[in-house]
Amino acid sequence: MGFQMLVPFGPWNWLFLLVALRCGGASSDLSESTNSSAQHELNVRFAAAGSEPAETVSVFALDYDYVQIPYEVTLWILLASLAKIGFHVYHPLPGLMPESCLLVLVGALVGAIIFGTDHKSPPVMDSSIYFLYLLPPIVLEGGYFMPTRPFFENIGSILWWAGLGALINAFGIGLSLYLICQIQAFGLSDVNLLQNLLFGSLISAVDPVAVLAVFEEARVNEQLYMMIFGEALLNDGISVVLYNILIAFTKMHKFEDIEPVDILAGCARFVIVGCGGVFFGVIFGFISAFITRFTQNISAIEPLIVFMFSYLSYLAAETLYLSGILAITACAVTMKKYVEENVSQTSYTTIKYFMKMLSSVSETLIFIFMGVSTIGKNHEWNWAFVCFTLAFCQIWRAISVFALFYISNQFRTFPFSIKDQCIIFYSGVRGAGSFSLAFLLPLSLFPRKKMFVTATLVVIYFTVFIQGITIGPLVRYLDVRKTNKKESINEELHTRLMDHLKAGIEDVCGQWSHYQVRDKFKKFDHKYLRKILIRENLPKSSIVSLYKKLEMKQAIEMAETGILSSTAFSIPHQAQRIQENKRLSPEDVESMRDILTHNMYQVRQRTLSYNKYNLKPQTSEKQAKEILIRRQNTFRESTRKGHSLPWGRTAGTKNIRYLSFPYSHPQPAGGDVRAAEFTDHDGSDAEVPSIMFNTHSPTGSLQEGRRTQEIIPMKSLHRGGKPPHLGYQRNRSQEEQLGRGRRAVLRPKPLFHAVDEEFESGEESEEEASAIGSRWSAEHRPGRDLHRSHSPLLQRK
Amino acid sequence: MGSRSSHAARIPDVDSIRRETGFSQASLLRLYHRFRALDWNEKGYLSRVDLQQIGALAVNPLGDRIIDSFFPDGSLHLDFPGFVRVLARFRPVDDEDNRNRDPKEPEPLNSRMNKLRFAFQLYDLDRDGKISRQEMLQVLRLMVGVQVTEEQLESIADRTVQEADEDGDGAVSFLEFAKSLEKMNIEQKMSIRILK
Repeated sequence: MGFQMLVPFGPWNWLFLLVALRCGGASSDLSESTNSSAQHELNVRFAAAGSEPAETVSVFALDYDYVQIPYEVTLWILLASLAKIGFHVYHPLPGLMPESCLLVLVGALVGAIIFGTDHKSPPVMDSSIYFLYLLPPIVLEGGYFMPTRPFFENIGSILWWAGLGALINAFGIGLSLYLICQIQAFGLSDVNLLQNLLFGSLISAVDPVAVLAVFEEARVNEQLYMMIFGEALLNDGISVVLYNILIAFTKMHKFEDIEPVDILAGCARFVIVGCGGVFFGVIFGFISAFITRFTQNISAIEPLIVFMFSYLSYLAAETLYLSGILAITACAVTMKKYVEENVSQTSYTTIKYFMKMLSSVSETLIFIFMGVSTIGKNHEWNWAFVCFTLAFCQIWRAISVFALFYISNQFRTFPFSIKDQCIIFYSGVRGAGSFSLAFLLPLSLFPRKKMFVTATLVVIYFTVFIQGITIGPLVRYLDVRKTNKKESINEELHTRLMDHLKAGIEDVCGQWSHYQVRDKFKKFDHKYLRKILIRENLPKSSIVSLYKKLEMKQAIEMAETGILSSTAFSIPHQAQRIQENKRLSPEDVESMRDILTHNMYQVRQRTLSYNKYNLKPQTSEKQAKEILIRRQNTFRESTRKGHSLPWGRTAGTKNIRYLSFPYSHPQPAGGDVRAAEFTDHDGSDAEVPSIMFNTHSPTGSLQEGRRTQEIIPMKSLHRGGKPPHLGYQRNRSQEEQLGRGRRAVLRPKPLFHAVDEEFESGEESEEEASAIGSRWSAEHRPGRDLHRSHSPLLQRK
Repeated sequence: MGSRSSHAARIPDVDSIRRETGFSQASLLRLYHRFRALDWNEKGYLSRVDLQQIGALAVNPLGDRIIDSFFPDGSLHLDFPGFVRVLARFRPVDDEDNRNRDPKEPEPLNSRMNKLRFAFQLYDLDRDGKISRQEMLQVLRLMVGVQVTEEQLESIADRTVQEADEDGDGAVSFLEFAKSLEKMNIEQKMSIRILK
């Protein structure tokens, strides 16, 4: 099957393989490793580097040995990337199986090649390299992309489930296997309890996030998502902690006379290691957030700071034998909120992408190693051990899921249904973590290491392939969606309307839970932390600006395709086609249905969406932008009718101009000055795309009765660093920005003339231009401050 | 958590609201908190502007209409009972409720018919009790991406009205609307779990 997938790649892939083979063949002579495999005999052509002193200057020589390690590593990574490209190009695949399947297969392929050419794979993975270089990026990525609000809302359940679940699994599997080992018939009696426990701890490290992409389309509710995510996040850390503790035990006690004191010490150590790690992480997170406060002039080092501090937290924790994984996770979580607000837009993107890239590379390498190990001679197959391992993994996971959730359901407002629990149970896919830990077992303490590795590999292959491939259909089946029935156009339209309606009302209701704690934290955060950690003169919720900027280009396109023409929105349609009872053929109806299905806007995803291997696609952004452009236009339309705008023509006057409307107008619908300001009332949900409509609500500090002028909503057209005149520089003061925006008023005008021309009349086009023109990039402040900050500006007029 | 009951006392007319909407005490309290949170300058009522501050509504294609539905009859201020009344429509339907109901009392706000009526209002802007072709077209326009041409939209709107219209008046009345959706599980579609 792997070869099938490689077919679409074309010649490049084969070229690489050929090169690898050739070099593999050549290097086996040149390598100085202690491998005693058979010598190959095609060494005649290449000058042996370094073995004899050269007598003449060689014009052409080859030194493969020098570059072997990086060369092969790069080739592997490239191979995996090509495989991923093919995986995503071939459409049905990503929905069918998790991407880790693909990586495992690529690993197996590389392993087959290396085995086939009898080539000694470079010893890239050993304990220090894994723990120092390969593991941190993976954990960092998990921690950074974790949605904080749902995480903290569910933190009780997550800690309960992840912590206790890992422990129950580890000890359960370990003990059961020990009991099996006691049975003489299986020939396993030399495996003692500690070894079994250790094996249990490493095999219980699950990687459920890998399967999230598979059932993304199914409406997995947020809570379930968070549980899976949280488990993945904490699971690695807990397994490694347990692993290290048990290794320490094994080193100390070669026999099985562990005293209760030791066990207590072990437990205490577990707690200290965990909490200490988190503590370190938080400290480093704060430090790095603080430092990014001052980097506005050298934004190029911002990603560096983020990565270095996270890594430093990991290393610092590891120095003290605390859990580096938990440290780096805590660092990422703490840092994220503040750093995102401080760094520039490009740094933010860089950080995101680079993190994904690093973790992707790490994981690829680990899987390649796994593949190399699979296809090799270092296996020890023991039927009993392997089968029972597999069985116990499933059994104990089921036990832990159902037992723990039963208990935690008693305390939750929204209990998890059995369906949810089944999904959680079934998503227990093992991944790179277990393999690494097994691979790194010290041989001296574990004479039967090969057996452990074999069993681990079997479990990984089984879970990744069988569970990974079948979980999609299972979830869809459990979701019980009526897919067979063809809905009529009516139903489709109305269903979608209701979905939107429901999503809207849900947004009005906001997020509920644990008000007090969250509010207290928010207050503390606003009062102290943000003052210290966030740059000055930044608006409070400028995180909004990091997401979903309105593309000028898209607005222009929309204008040019006539969408924004006023005729599109006028209510009395000129050509009144009243009763045209056309007989529509079934094909017409079909095509209508298709049009509807494909073109209706998607309901805003309330559930989270996380893909381990990829960053979010752009479709929802595009949709959001279209909707917003439309709204802005409708708004302009509706306010344009029947309002006299006192100052239309003068764009770029001395004063800062706000397009203003007479204060009180009677129309209820659309007549109000449209002001949608993003606040973090409902918790600054990072997934929500929002454009800031800067506003000034007149009912506050300004006197009510007076006909004051309102400040028009200034929709900030932000760009990701493209045309600087509308560029969003967040590190300026409000006033400076408005001043610059004033200068910028002139620039956007011509661009929007395209829009203007489609509007009716000439005398209002100026108005429109200035209306659009006043859409400069501005910061917004939450309403309260707005009053105070805007009134001095008003007075400037 | 212990101070909850004292907060409940602060909600004006708690009991009448409870009876009318059927919300539990806890839910009402949460809604009250939410109301207060939305009303950031503590006016005691909400205006459109306050609701527009909810960022997510800005990217909802029906955002404006949803906000308008909170302000029936063109009023400008939304007080807490009004707020809750609208949200009550989205309460999950409790079968127990229906069985114990006194048939002489008005239908509970979250009955199927009332949910449908609420959805109907989103279409029927001029409140004439009928969805005309124009209104259907407008809603379609809101909900569909920009790639669809005007003619396609018009024909879809035509077809939609045609399918549902039974008495041939070129518009969809509420009963026709309800009938066209009789197979759909409205109770589930228009219920929000947390609003128990």
